[in-house]
Amino acid sequence: MSTIDTPSQTSVTVAAGKPAVKTTSWWEIKWKEIKAQKHSYILMSPYMLLFAVFTVLPVVMSVIISFTYFNMLEFPRFIGWQNYSRLFLEDDVFLIAIKNTILFAVITGPLSYMACFVFAWIINDLRPKLRAVMTLIFYAPSISGNVYFLWQMIFSGDRYGIANGFLIKMGVLLDPIQWLKTEQYIMPIIILVQLWLSLGTGFLAFIAGLQTVDKTLYEAGAVDGIKNRWQELWYITLPSMKPQLMFGAVIQITSSLAIADVSIYLAGFPSVNYAAETIVTHLIDFGTIRFEMGYASAIATVLFTLMVGTNLVVQRLLRRVGE
Amino acid sequence: MRVAIPIRKKRVNRSFAGTFWMFVFLAAVAAFMALPLVYAINAAFKPLDEIFLFPPTLFVRHPTTSNFIDLMTLLGQSWVPFSRYIFNTFFITGMGVVGHVLLASAAAYPLAKHKFPGSKLIFTVVVLSLMFTPQVTAIPNYMVMSWIGLIDTYWAVIVPAFAFSLGLYLMKQFMEQIPDALLESAKIDGANEYRIFWQIVMPNVKPAWLTLVILLFQMLWGTDGNGFIYSEQLKTLHYASNQIIFGGIARAGVGSAVALILMSVPIALFVVSQSRIIETMTTSGMKD
Repeated sequence: MSTIDTPSQTSVTVAAGKPAVKTTSWWEIKWKEIKAQKHSYILMSPYMLLFAVFTVLPVVMSVIISFTYFNMLEFPRFIGWQNYSRLFLEDDVFLIAIKNTILFAVITGPLSYMACFVFAWIINDLRPKLRAVMTLIFYAPSISGNVYFLWQMIFSGDRYGIANGFLIKMGVLLDPIQWLKTEQYIMPIIILVQLWLSLGTGFLAFIAGLQTVDKTLYEAGAVDGIKNRWQELWYITLPSMKPQLMFGAVIQITSSLAIADVSIYLAGFPSVNYAAETIVTHLIDFGTIRFEMGYASAIATVLFTLMVGTNLVVQRLLRRVGE
Repeated sequence: MRVAIPIRKKRVNRSFAGTFWMFVFLAAVAAFMALPLVYAINAAFKPLDEIFLFPPTLFVRHPTTSNFIDLMTLLGQSWVPFSRYIFNTFFITGMGVVGHVLLASAAAYPLAKHKFPGSKLIFTVVVLSLMFTPQVTAIPNYMVMSWIGLIDTYWAVIVPAFAFSLGLYLMKQFMEQIPDALLESAKIDGANEYRIFWQIVMPNVKPAWLTLVILLFQMLWGTDGNGFIYSEQLKTLHYASNQIIFGGIARAGVGSAVALILMSVPIALFVVSQSRIIETMTTSGMKD
């Protein structure tokens, strides 16, 4: 390994009184720092080892496997870009999956993000007791685990389903609708349930962020001519909690691109005419049913790129807000 | 422009009409959020004839505990004793939570308080890992698990949970607000890094512990084995209860009872720890 000389740092040895014949290399300086901080590395090592094995390594492996034909029995065979060309040129269902995923993300991502913020903002004005209760009501769906079956009962296709029963009684419908088996209703229902589930960690971060905004800023703002709550929100609150806004964005974007469980439990797997197929359900299809691991890894790699790419772009945009 | 600053008013710049309509809006959405859960609670106490009433009702008229009694009978008949499923879930959740809090805190402390070669890179990678979901890595993860020989053991679920990245992120952000002076003075008193971590840092980040506990608890409480666990005697409560819930129309009442029991645990945990969690979340922001 070559050493890189950094002239500015040679003074370390010069100061030691020796003639500067032997320059201190970049690596030596780093090595010294590493030795001085060895306790830090020791403390981190158990976590980082597991993190590397279960998160970093799989991402790398996934990218590599995506260029192979691999069925879990034979040794993977390198096939270049074939998986990707098949994915985008031949697999019609994947195109539906991409379309659905992006549609879900474009609707539930921003909506859930705004919902998290707006409700946190309104709740923040309440008295502490009521605030705690409201926080619980809004946060509870996201922690109650897989309660999708509740929605199955609500959108059940017979007359005993809540939605059908209610609409029939109101006289809107004459016959029950097969909500979860009719293409045109599947997407809106999944979006509704996903929104219901989406006030999670991001929402809590916003509640917390709002409580940290310096109260005196509002009084100062009132003196400086801020007239109503909307101006207050725009000029004081939002800029004050930019870090939380960025964190919340990551959480909401990532989960909005990963919609799968709701789709599988409500619309079935596969759903009617693939109306609720998403990239993740497509991945599950090829990874756990068809065992085409190379192809499934290509899907995973596309998903990874989409998620990280979207997040990085949005981070960059949010950073500019208020600058 | 004349701005009148009202004295003895809680918040400035709040019109009554605005507050009123915001509250109406909040209440309406809160009703929507709560509706399915209210429905679940009521359904769990409905006798069978009320569950299949037309038109369907939201509130129970003649509450009964028969669903819970049926559940008990059903559980008594299961091939693997039901207590085993309960033990499995408690074991996985308990081990995962304890291990994660310890390992993530140990890793978060140097990242929050020391600068060393690689620290920036490591934290960037952790933040990047928040940006994708576990489905991305599912296939290679299975291969890694089978190489290490963890397939069909509790550890296939527990060990990856140790390295849950959101926990490390939140812990690191929270630790940053511990005053450096506190650590310095401990160092002057002769404490080494490990003692500083264990006796100074850890007691000061209790709110963050609780947050990590509840986040991981939710994740592990709801696990069905992630496809790693096949043996019936190792399966989790959630898996077993899903079989009851999806047992068809005859199980509608019992299913609601199971669902109610399952979801009440994480909700109760949140109720108890809400203020600590909010405290942790104040430091969750992404600075750069």
